[in-house]
Amino acid sequence: MINELFLMNGYGIYVWSAFAFTILNFLSLYLIIKIQYMKEKNKFVNKFGTLNSKRAAFAKSQNINKEILSNTSSI
Amino acid sequence: MFKYFEPNKIFSITSKAPKYVLFLFVIVFSIGLTESLILSPEDYKQSHSVRIMYVHVPAAWISLGIFSVITFLSIIGYIFRIRNFFLISKSLAPSGLVFNIIALVTGSIWGKPTWGTWWAWDARITSMLILVLFYIMYLIAWRIYENDTKVFKITSIITILGIVNVPIIKYSVDWWNTLHQPASINILVKSSIHVSMLYPLLIMTAAFALFSLLIFLMKYNTELIKIKNKGLDRL
Repeated sequence: MINELFLMNGYGIYVWSAFAFTILNFLSLYLIIKIQYMKEKNKFVNKFGTLNSKRAAFAKSQNINKEILSNTSSI
Repeated sequence: MFKYFEPNKIFSITSKAPKYVLFLFVIVFSIGLTESLILSPEDYKQSHSVRIMYVHVPAAWISLGIFSVITFLSIIGYIFRIRNFFLISKSLAPSGLVFNIIALVTGSIWGKPTWGTWWAWDARITSMLILVLFYIMYLIAWRIYENDTKVFKITSIITILGIVNVPIIKYSVDWWNTLHQPASINILVKSSIHVSMLYPLLIMTAAFALFSLLIFLMKYNTELIKIKNKGLDRL
């Protein structure tokens, strides 16, 4: 049973490599986009930290900025 | 109507959605893998190599679908000057490109046991390769041009030129004598594919669609934060 699943009448190498290539691409794309996201978010948090209290209060009045600063978008 | 899709209004949704989409994707993809690698039957002619179809076909469908959506949004965005449509298009492109590459590579892997060759300059395969080039040009244009007006114009032109290739891809197997087999699934007439193979194919298509939605949401959120970063610089 296990042998049949891996060998697939001699087609296993083709089937498994096609699926492996797909999963590898999924993981790579997910990680690349995640890294880009974290980079931009960290940049935003750092910039926000350098604002004086008046500017920070103004920036925080915008909902989208509050969302970015919260941890809701941590994925 | 478009005001409801403004980034400021939808960010609270798009920022929370990825974790639910990821959860759903993992479930659907696991079911799809079990169905396509274990439960679905082998083909009487192609034996187990037919299982490559479960990654090859959904990847091709979604890459074509994404390019069509990108073109539609770019044209509407350009006519009505809706910047958000360009952001959505830009965020869709990476997953479209990756699905296009998956379709080409898995098709090549499938070609070896089926046709006896990794590659043929067949109409379907060549037109899919051309689509990859359009995706690459589209993404490069976003990297090269800083000016919004210019990048909106250039990317719209690229998508309009590229969309001409989409019907060629679809009908290439009917118009020319190709190595690639004609479509087995047709919405208008009865499909020639058996339900035992159709269900795994549809489950994998749903999983791939969820993955592209996940990548789109993450990329879209990144683009919005990038804009907000520029906004903080101006404060």
